[in-house]
Amino acid sequence: MSFAQSLRCRKCGREYRLEPVNLCEFCLSPVDVTYDYKSMSAEVSREKIASGPRSMWRYRDMLPIDGEVVDIGTGWTPLTLAENLGHELGLEQLYVKNDCLNPSYSFKDRAVSAAVTKAREFGFSTLACASTGNLAASVAAHAAKAKMQSYVFIPAGLEASKVVGAAIYQPTLIAVEGTYDDVNRLCHQLTAKHKWGFININLRPYYAEGSKTLGYEVAEQLGWRAPDCVVVPGASGLLFTRIWKGLNELSMLGLIEPVNTHMYIAQAAGSSPIVNAFNSRSLHVHPVKPDTLAKSIAIGNPADGYYALKTARESGGGAWAATDAEIVEGIKLLAQTEGIFAEAAGGTVIATLKKMVAAGVITKEQLTVVFMTGAGLKTQEAVMEVVNPIVIDPTEESFDAALGQHVCP
Amino acid sequence: MVIRQVMLTFPTEQIKEPVIYNLGRQFRVVTNIRRADVSADKGWMMLEIEGEENEIEESIMWLTSRGVRIDPVDGDIVEG
Repeated sequence: MSFAQSLRCRKCGREYRLEPVNLCEFCLSPVDVTYDYKSMSAEVSREKIASGPRSMWRYRDMLPIDGEVVDIGTGWTPLTLAENLGHELGLEQLYVKNDCLNPSYSFKDRAVSAAVTKAREFGFSTLACASTGNLAASVAAHAAKAKMQSYVFIPAGLEASKVVGAAIYQPTLIAVEGTYDDVNRLCHQLTAKHKWGFININLRPYYAEGSKTLGYEVAEQLGWRAPDCVVVPGASGLLFTRIWKGLNELSMLGLIEPVNTHMYIAQAAGSSPIVNAFNSRSLHVHPVKPDTLAKSIAIGNPADGYYALKTARESGGGAWAATDAEIVEGIKLLAQTEGIFAEAAGGTVIATLKKMVAAGVITKEQLTVVFMTGAGLKTQEAVMEVVNPIVIDPTEESFDAALGQHVCP
Repeated sequence: MVIRQVMLTFPTEQIKEPVIYNLGRQFRVVTNIRRADVSADKGWMMLEIEGEENEIEESIMWLTSRGVRIDPVDGDIVEG
């Protein structure tokens, strides 16, 4: 049995049984899994975790899972010391957590692996999600592995290149004519009507818990310590809050020293409701209409926006935005200094990191971790400008003529 | 009869208007304000609307036509 005890409303504290629900009936705020940390601390140790599988499931004792896991090989992705990028930006201890290297090429596999495992425990035989890319691929992949049915809703008109990553696993793919708001509404109605495990509706508390393994992993890979600063891309705000929760749980369990990490959330300027609220000192995250090339983080009404805002403030961190042009430069800078090709969410992180270092918010001696949450090949259209080959005839003369004096000896 | 929970975001020009009162007068729906925060220049509200599906749809369209933004109470479902 897991150490999970209940679901608790993050606003009013009301408790619920561990069931497929995501909102408090009273204040309509999200609910969160609670644990018996005392019993958990007697069970977990650095040694036990280190002897576990080289995947997110080495942290199974800290997740709300009772049954056999649905695992496609997620987690334990590289944490790379980024010396070149650090030198470029003026940071001495910069690390890149490369979560692009999960089985479906994004961090969503962590959240979905936990949610699908829980869905099976609850007796669901059908999964569903609404997505423009990463989540769709991850849900479809896990459904295939778990031999479950899946319905993947996408907005009609989405480029084929974006849905291939999901379609290959053969989910029931449904393209909805209408706005994103229409898709939102339809999915709520269908979830109320059918006995589906809807990944980011009724399974959301469990989906959220899978994300915190990113925080655990980074601390373990750093030799059991929390970073001084982290920069995380922000869409719904969920991942950001879960990295914070993961670090604090490790501290509570005595596995790391007290956490003093400054948490920075990075959003695209064209979809930055959390940054707007942070800068205006508001307690409420007012929704916006997204308009950015960073589609994977273009969420206008972030479900965990308030909590992300709270995390940024509590941790002495902040919220920063980057324009689309800066995001593209960020993608290129990471690729051309570290050999890591991340999608636009990663470019947003690099672009905002650059600004924070320039502003003296993050200083050179601080151990900083930036999170790359999805692979660049998924959003190639953002950087098509780099494709500019020198065309020559298959002769040395043509080669010399084209490159002239610029050829390396 | 069904119940729909939505989050309303009011633009400045609607702050002084009795929007929820008018909604109840124009459509056969029961409104229940669950949470709200309205200031001098902006406001939001978590609202439950109960009624026949078509009445709810029309009332939401009416709110939208007034410049009120409608969102799900649990955030956007369509993720990247």
